[in-house]
Amino acid sequence: MSSLTSSKLNPDAAVSRHVIPAGEPWVGEVKAGQTVRLLDLEGNQAVDTLFYGVANPKERYDPQRTLRRQGNVYLTTGSVLYSNLGRPMLTIVADTCGRHDTLGGACAQESNTVRYALDKLHMHACRDNFLCGCLHDGRLAKGDIGANINFFMNVPVTPEGGLTFEDGISGAGKYVELRAEMDVIVLISNCPQLNNPCNGYNPTPAEVLIWD
Amino acid sequence: MITHATPLPYPALAEELLPGGGHRSFVLRRGRLLRLTDIEGGANVSLLLFNAHEKTERLNLPDSLKCQHTAKLTRGHCLYSDMGRVLAAITADTTGWSDSLGGVLDAAEVKKKYGEGPYQTLRNACYRNGTDNLLIELGKWGMGVEDLLMVLNLFSRVTVDATGGMHFAPGNSKAGDYIELYAPMDTLVVMTALQHPMDPSPVYSPKPVQLTWMQAEAGVAEHCRTSRPENERGFINTENLYL
Repeated sequence: MSSLTSSKLNPDAAVSRHVIPAGEPWVGEVKAGQTVRLLDLEGNQAVDTLFYGVANPKERYDPQRTLRRQGNVYLTTGSVLYSNLGRPMLTIVADTCGRHDTLGGACAQESNTVRYALDKLHMHACRDNFLCGCLHDGRLAKGDIGANINFFMNVPVTPEGGLTFEDGISGAGKYVELRAEMDVIVLISNCPQLNNPCNGYNPTPAEVLIWD
Repeated sequence: MITHATPLPYPALAEELLPGGGHRSFVLRRGRLLRLTDIEGGANVSLLLFNAHEKTERLNLPDSLKCQHTAKLTRGHCLYSDMGRVLAAITADTTGWSDSLGGVLDAAEVKKKYGEGPYQTLRNACYRNGTDNLLIELGKWGMGVEDLLMVLNLFSRVTVDATGGMHFAPGNSKAGDYIELYAPMDTLVVMTALQHPMDPSPVYSPKPVQLTWMQAEAGVAEHCRTSRPENERGFINTENLYL
C-alpha cells in the first residue's frame, strides 16, 4: 500500500498559502470539497497533524478506526481518515512521499524525558505546539489532543511487532494532498524534535496550500 | 469463579467476573496488582487508563510504543501516560502479545458485523459495542467522548506484514492465560470485554474474564523498570508524582 501519486493542482491557483516556520504551530480550516496540500519544503520534515469537525470539535480523527478500515498501518493515496464518530473526514488524494505514520504520536516535553534523558524536559515539542494552538483557538483543549498523523515520517512496524523511527523517506518538494469530506479544523505542529532523525536533526519550514 | 492454574503471586484481595460484553471501571491503587484471566480462551479486553486524581492525564499508546520501540505490548513493557509516567506495568503475560492497532467497534460497526442484537428481544444478552461500553464507564467518572482515545486490546494479536497489512492472529489467548498489571500510581482503569474488532468470527460471542486484585511489593515490576533505560526514567517520573 505504497503508491506515488502526483497532483495537477497549480499552486498559483491556491486560495490560501501559508508557510509554517520550523518548529511552529498552525491552526486553520478546510471546507468540505476543498483540497489541502502539506508541502515538505526542504525535506525530511515531520508535520504532526490533527483534524477536528468544525460543526462539532469533539469529532476528531480516529487512528485505530482509520487503520482497521483500510487494513493497513500506513497512510497514503486512497486512505480515508475516519472520525471517532465513524464518518469520513478527509481522503488522501495525492502523495509523492508514499507513506505516512500515525502510530508514533507527537513529541512532548514529558515523553522526551523518558525517551532521551530527564534533562531534555525543556526542549520545544509538538505537544506544546498543539496545546498552544488549541488554547488560542478556544474551541479545543488538552482533552481533544488524541493520537495524530505524522506526515512525512517513516515509522515501520515489523512482523515481530517491532516499531522504529527510521530516516525519513521524504525530500524537498514532496507533498501530500487531502480532500476534505466535511468542514475540518486542521491543527499542525511543524515538528521541532532535535533528538532523533525524524526531521533529519534540522527542522525546516512546511507550507500549507488550499484549493477550492 | 475459577481456580488459578498458575498460583497468584500474592493473596487475592478480591475477585470478580467481568462477563463477555461487560464493562467496568475502578481505581487500581498505587502498589496494587491486577490479574486478568481468560476463562474460556479467546478473550479480548479493550483497556483505557487514567491518572485517578487528574483524569486529563491518560494512557498514550503512541508514547508507550515509541519509547519502547514496540508495536505489541507484553510482559516487561510499561503503559505510559501523556505526562511521561507509568500508569501500569505489564508484569506478567502468558499470551505474549496485546494489540495496540485494532481499536473498538461502534454500534453501527457491530450491527454490520454481527447483525441485529437488540435489548428488546435479547435482554441482557443484547449485542454491545466497545465505543458505547467505554463511553458509559467514562461518563461515570465525568469524562466524555474526547477521552475515548486509542485503546489497548489485551489478549489479542494483530501482526503487520512488510507492506503494512494488518492480520488478526486467532487463538492468541487460551483458557487460563492471564495478564498482570501493576500500578505504580493511582490509576483509573476502564475496560470492556468484547471480541477484537478484527476477529473474523461472524458470531457475537464475547468471552468472560476474571479480575483478581492483589497487594504487591514494588519489586514485582522490577523487570519492567529495568527492561530498558527509558522505563527507568519513566518510573522516576512516576515516583516524582509523590514527592
